[in-house]
Amino acid sequence: MVNSVFDLIWLVIALPLAGFLFHAFFGKRAGKKVVGTVGTAVVLGAFALSVYLLMELLKLPAEEQRVLSTLWRWIEAGSFRVSFEALVDPLSLLMALIVTGVGGLIHLYSTGYMAEDEDYPRFFTYMNLFIVFMLTLVLSNNLLMMFVGWEGVGLCSYLLIGFWYRDKVNTDSANKAFIVNRIGDWGFTLAVILAFWTFGTLSFAGEENMFQRAIDLKAANMLSPSIITAIALLLFVGATGKSAQFPLYMWLPDAMAGPTPVSALIHAATMVTAGVVMVTRCHVFFELAPAAMLVVAIIGVFTAIFAATVALAQVDIKRVLAYSTVSQLGYMFLGCGVGAFASGMFHVTTHAFFKALLFLGSGSVILAMHHEQDMRRMGGLAKYLPVTYWTMLAGWLAISGIPPLAGFFSKDEILASTFGTHALPVSVGQILWAVGLLTALLTAFYMTRLMGLTFWGEPRWATAHAHHGKDDAHGHHGEPQESPPSMTVPLMILAALSVVGGFIGGFAPLHIPNRFEAFLEPSAGLKVLGEGAVGHLPVSVEWMLVWASVAAAVLGIWFGWARYRAGLPESERELVGVRKVLYNQYYYDWLMVKGVGLWLGGKIANWMWQFVDVRLIDGFVNGIAGFTGWVGNNLRRVQTGYVRNYAFTILIGAIVLLIWLLVRGASAGLAR
Amino acid sequence: METTPGLLTFIIFLPLAGALVLLLVPRESKETIRWFTLAVTVLVFVLSLRLYFGFNTASAGMQFREFALWMPQFGIHYHLGIDGISLWLVLLTTFLSVLAVAFSWVVEQRVKEYMFFMLLLETGMLGVFCALDLVLFYVFWEAMLVPMYFLIGMWGGERRIYAAIKFFLFTFFGSILMLVAIVALYYLHRDMTGVATFDLLKIQQALATSPLDLNLQLWLFAAFALAFAIKVPMFPFHTWLPDAHVEAPTAGSVILAGVLLKMGTYGFLRFCLPLFPDASQVAAPLMLTLAVIGIIYGAIVAAVQPDVKKLVAYSSVSHLGFVMLGLFALNAQGLTGSILQQVNHGISTGALFLLVGMIYERRHTRLIAEFGGLKRVMPVYAAFFLLVMLSSVGLPSTNGFVGEFLTLLGGFAADIPLTVIAASGVILAAVYLLWMFQRVFYGEPSEKNASLPDLNLREIAILVPIVVLIFWIGLYPSTFTDAMRASVENLIRQVNGDAGAAWLAQMGETVRTVTMR
Repeated sequence: MVNSVFDLIWLVIALPLAGFLFHAFFGKRAGKKVVGTVGTAVVLGAFALSVYLLMELLKLPAEEQRVLSTLWRWIEAGSFRVSFEALVDPLSLLMALIVTGVGGLIHLYSTGYMAEDEDYPRFFTYMNLFIVFMLTLVLSNNLLMMFVGWEGVGLCSYLLIGFWYRDKVNTDSANKAFIVNRIGDWGFTLAVILAFWTFGTLSFAGEENMFQRAIDLKAANMLSPSIITAIALLLFVGATGKSAQFPLYMWLPDAMAGPTPVSALIHAATMVTAGVVMVTRCHVFFELAPAAMLVVAIIGVFTAIFAATVALAQVDIKRVLAYSTVSQLGYMFLGCGVGAFASGMFHVTTHAFFKALLFLGSGSVILAMHHEQDMRRMGGLAKYLPVTYWTMLAGWLAISGIPPLAGFFSKDEILASTFGTHALPVSVGQILWAVGLLTALLTAFYMTRLMGLTFWGEPRWATAHAHHGKDDAHGHHGEPQESPPSMTVPLMILAALSVVGGFIGGFAPLHIPNRFEAFLEPSAGLKVLGEGAVGHLPVSVEWMLVWASVAAAVLGIWFGWARYRAGLPESERELVGVRKVLYNQYYYDWLMVKGVGLWLGGKIANWMWQFVDVRLIDGFVNGIAGFTGWVGNNLRRVQTGYVRNYAFTILIGAIVLLIWLLVRGASAGLAR
Repeated sequence: METTPGLLTFIIFLPLAGALVLLLVPRESKETIRWFTLAVTVLVFVLSLRLYFGFNTASAGMQFREFALWMPQFGIHYHLGIDGISLWLVLLTTFLSVLAVAFSWVVEQRVKEYMFFMLLLETGMLGVFCALDLVLFYVFWEAMLVPMYFLIGMWGGERRIYAAIKFFLFTFFGSILMLVAIVALYYLHRDMTGVATFDLLKIQQALATSPLDLNLQLWLFAAFALAFAIKVPMFPFHTWLPDAHVEAPTAGSVILAGVLLKMGTYGFLRFCLPLFPDASQVAAPLMLTLAVIGIIYGAIVAAVQPDVKKLVAYSSVSHLGFVMLGLFALNAQGLTGSILQQVNHGISTGALFLLVGMIYERRHTRLIAEFGGLKRVMPVYAAFFLLVMLSSVGLPSTNGFVGEFLTLLGGFAADIPLTVIAASGVILAAVYLLWMFQRVFYGEPSEKNASLPDLNLREIAILVPIVVLIFWIGLYPSTFTDAMRASVENLIRQVNGDAGAAWLAQMGETVRTVTMR
């Protein structure tokens, strides 16, 4: 493997790293044009290189499509050793393509979206750094290096959510994102530690890797079920943080405080899918721990429907999309939980296309509305923003699951796998499927609502935005203007991908083999559940499931069309009743953040400081000091001494004398 | 063995010689005094680098040893040497001393006395880390208290006298018990071998061949451990620390946090573990518990501090908890992490104190509520603060992560529930540091903050080497851990007896079977 072409993988990371360093040190002097060009070029360059490496990889026979490239040994202590080592395989290159491809388009879009921002260089500094860490995450060959990327993207997320740091709401959201993610990282860290002590390595592939160890131990009947379940569940705790699953999802909706390209890139297309990627990468652990699989599936489907109901009542266009992302991520975990890891990754891919599109489209709307995000003050925008409208239309149909758009194939695959899973008891699979299907209906409904409130009916913005002139990035008021080509071109490319992206998979009812799954096959490598994980259903059942999916999508759209085709219904002007409960996420966020976090946490911390530290411990010490002084005064004439300690008495005496002299000198100095 | 005076003697006593020369410089020529002191510390640092380049990483023994008769009738000698553990603490001391002196340009009052004490302090600290004779160690240990006492008491804040005396008494109280234990060791060794000596290596060898009974070990361990635990400081002996830090001048805080606290952890490594191995194992659960309480407690209390400096001080309690967790894990991962984390803490917390000092010089306040919007006004300062904060939070790719992770990795093998709790310390670290960062740097600058000047070249020059080290240790820690390996393995053998090495190899297996039950 010395000097193999795949060592170029480090260049994929080095390009955006160079961009980051350039912006950080010379960004202000270089000017916006150079920064925007360099920032976009390095990401697209990394994309081109990834494409080249993928073509090289596919030339190899399937069983050799796992190439390692080592940079240097990183941490060594006792038996522990871990290196900076990249794993080039279909899964890592797929993610690298999504990150740099969609990422490159979003960088291009940002050159338009952020054009008027005074902190333009800082924006691209953070964005390029994000790409660096995201690539580190997906290309890593061990859990610990993955954790470098994992926390690194969290840092960039924090910096970009709080990008407009003058507003406290933004920086509050940034802190929340970082801290909630750290709760997940607590699980990740412990999983890494437990995995090391159990398997003696943290590598994904190569001579010594933990998956092979796990399977060997299992074969030798030496793998404790509780240990492997603990490892899987702790990893999943990490995934619930980064991928915004219940109970740690609540940072993601607030993360929308960041600029919209950030929401598209980090909080929809790439970073938040890291949990799914990690679970897929470690699928052996999960497959060896059926209890953990069940937890993943249930948390996934619960998050999916929970977030979908909350999305129904949101009024901020980006928040609808945020809850939609949480919900779609739930689908991906449902796929993982039922053993259909490839389907989960398929949904990661298609979701990256249509959710990035929807976010970028909403950004275009927000700019046109002079930074108004409340859909109750939009409406009738279709004819003013034709490109945005038509591209978002594609995204809307794709996410709703209308065939043959991208979202239909991936979502249908997950639902079919859930229905027919062998990883869980059959009845459990069918219940999960029903919940998933209901979620699909809700998805189609709230997305139709979003389209209706934004683009259809009569304008409700004629007077609404007059006072928003302050942060008006694009100068003039009056009619909303379509965005510049730097923004619409990425929209069009993503719209095309949202339409045709699903064809990279297969379609079981028509016996079209799944090319996507076959492509990922070398990454899946060791199979525990084997082909049996996702059972083959009879064609008639497959068709039944397809029709059910289509029916859910059509029904959802139809309800939505009926209610929102003319714009905002009278009853939705105020947030009352059930809609208020939904809008507030059933008050879960309020309870956890305001109640447990701030109120209870603050009480405990103040009690520890004021009572335990100041009164108890320090009070005790000061009491002792006072008592000693009193005793000393009474006993100072009493002398004791051992002859054999004579020498040391002199020593102590000398020291005390020295100190006394110096103290006296100092007191004199202080008194002066 | 080198002849005296060798390299170590030069390194230790060069600052003292510099201090004496300083006495001849007229007190009015402040610039001369400053530049001269800086030159001395830089020279000492450069000399200490020769220790690194000349260090034999394969050897676990003491290197650069020097020996001279001092008071032979009492068995007290001038005996110096360093191993892979003290090497890094010596380098940390010489490095931070340069930065502390470079920062101290801002001191305008009694510059001569100030610099005099700074140099004296450096000699004391270096002596502690190099001494291989118990009496010599004790002399340096106490000697370094005096200049620190004066630095706090004369150049400190409003309550400096209270803080200085508290600092002195806390430390002195522990030292007295340690002195008793040192004397006891002397007699025990004499009774055992008939040789009267305070030589650490000889006593260590004697105790290794015929170990003390556990009860006696526990008493001696306790006497040493109390002295060191106060110095670290471990919960609940930590309350002198916030007071001392808040009142100390910036350079004093840097040295206090960066080096003086490490004398406590170093004491555990050099004396408690090898001399009283059985007692160390018996006491380990207690020490681990106190360490983890320190991690959580220090972090929670740090969160509600209104004063930035006090916040950093309490964060030290939390960080030193990680050091102690790794230390009493008594395995290779934990000990390596512990030593590395001592260096990391010196760099990162030292840097935080420097950063707090820089803003204090501009605003003459450290109350978080007084700040806000500094990112806009002082972007360079904000960038440095962010980087150092991330290292303190333990972000992977910075030094803090490598140290914390290894201590947790080692701690897990020693005690799973405690380590699970300890790991949540990294969540709390994010809470108190990010919240502070938000209040100081984000938002709109108020009128008082609106026209603060950004960092000057001298300040940037102080911070750049720190940032380089943060990422060096974070990305390529082998430079540091390679030199520790032999000493750490040797220490484990000492603690675990002959079975230690085998036990070490079996570590993974042991944990697996233990956890499988």
